[in-house]
Amino acid sequence: MNDVTGPIAEAAGALLVLTALAVLGTSRIRTAIALVALQGALLAVVILVEPGELASGRSLALAGGTLALKSVVFPRLLLRAQREARVQQELQPFVSYPFSITSGVLLLGVAVWLTDRMTVPPLAHSLDLSVGLFLIFAGLFVLVSRRIAVGQVLGYIMLENGIALFGLTVAGHEPVLIELGILLDVFVAVFVMGIAIVQINREFDHIEVDRLAALRD
Amino acid sequence: MSGPAIAHVVLALVAAPLLLSVISRVKARVAGRRGPPLLQPYYDSARLLRKGAVYSTTSTWVFRASPVVGLSAVVAALLLVPFGGAQAILAFPGDLFLFASFLALARFVTILAALDTGSSFEGMGASREATFGALTEPALLLALVAFAHEAGAGSLSAFVQPVWSESATTGALGLGALGVVLLAENARIPVDDPATHLELTMVHEVMVLDHSGPDLALIHYASALKLWVFGALFVGVALPQPDGWGGFAVAAAGMAGVAVSVGLVESLIARLRMSAVPHFILGASALSLVALILGLR
Repeated sequence: MNDVTGPIAEAAGALLVLTALAVLGTSRIRTAIALVALQGALLAVVILVEPGELASGRSLALAGGTLALKSVVFPRLLLRAQREARVQQELQPFVSYPFSITSGVLLLGVAVWLTDRMTVPPLAHSLDLSVGLFLIFAGLFVLVSRRIAVGQVLGYIMLENGIALFGLTVAGHEPVLIELGILLDVFVAVFVMGIAIVQINREFDHIEVDRLAALRD
Repeated sequence: MSGPAIAHVVLALVAAPLLLSVISRVKARVAGRRGPPLLQPYYDSARLLRKGAVYSTTSTWVFRASPVVGLSAVVAALLLVPFGGAQAILAFPGDLFLFASFLALARFVTILAALDTGSSFEGMGASREATFGALTEPALLLALVAFAHEAGAGSLSAFVQPVWSESATTGALGLGALGVVLLAENARIPVDDPATHLELTMVHEVMVLDHSGPDLALIHYASALKLWVFGALFVGVALPQPDGWGGFAVAAAGMAGVAVSVGLVESLIARLRMSAVPHFILGASALSLVALILGLR
């Protein structure tokens, strides 16, 4: 079966990298939300073809949970928050988009370099390890470089995608309960942030994070 | 030197302008028009070759030499490109850099000639061409280096075909980058509009405004040949080609496919804002770099 899952996992890994770079390069909030939703679906594919777990009950449950939350629930929450808050269509980064993409590629290089030096249990698909690390870096980059609060949530989800992928490769067989618990945590966090965005907007008429620090009553 | 390799050069030299007419035919069909005859580029060239050239008094020998040097450089690049599974006429390890240099040389002399005229419009076009060229070159070279690394060979003829079987991921990423480079280098939509004749928006066309007669014919022919060179490279990576004349037929059909796809892209996509073009080409560089990094792993 490995000869089938290998290329699929590699293609999904490469697509995860491309979606992350596209999130770094896009200016539209809706596009970025759609890309992060696509990332959730790709992550579900990677979970499904995990070696030794092909279409087992555990991987099916995890992949289903990931798909439902990250590709359906989160995008809907974020789109709703954006609609309610009636924010601008643009993410308004602190740095230019070309700079974001270039940094993204550099971060990918750093992630691959670090993975090469890591001593990890020799599980299959070492690509997933690099991609997981890269998603963590890229998520952090989006988290700190976007002015509109929706960008922070997207960065956080990307970060979590990276951690999930990284954990999947390094830890391999975590109990399904723990992984589902993490998914639930993320769900609550995004849910709260979605509500918070609407509330912040109601209070301050904007959701630009660099202006929040200056606001005191 | 094999039969198909020589046949490729002959075919390219004869049929390159046909690519342009196929593109304009496709664009016309999509827009509901009939389009010019397929031999129109040849008629145009014949008409231009019969005319005399007019040289501005401010221009020097640089301006006169540019069309000849540009065409020679593109023909030299053509000799390095494999076609239909056969080795190119010239093939040696590291020829990808020579390939990129020939194309850079062609661009360089065009820019020099544009600056030589002293026209402010041409200077503007030269500036844009230099900017976009500086961005497409890394995308092209990085994609080729990623292919070379994946196939473990340093010659265009040796690594273009095996890329797909070695790593589909690298092949797909590099192919995406090559596609963008093909559009950007040949001044097609969405980077440049070959049909526009407004000086403020032209990139490539504005640089050749002062050329006339046989010089202009050479320039048009060179740009058709450049499109062929990039198309052959793209087809070489995209389509598996058996050795011998079967591969030759596959590649020739692929070239027609490239022309039709470029026509469709030009019909369906609007041209990008000038300031968004570097962003677009940078995306291609990012694709190549990702292909290289994932390949180096």
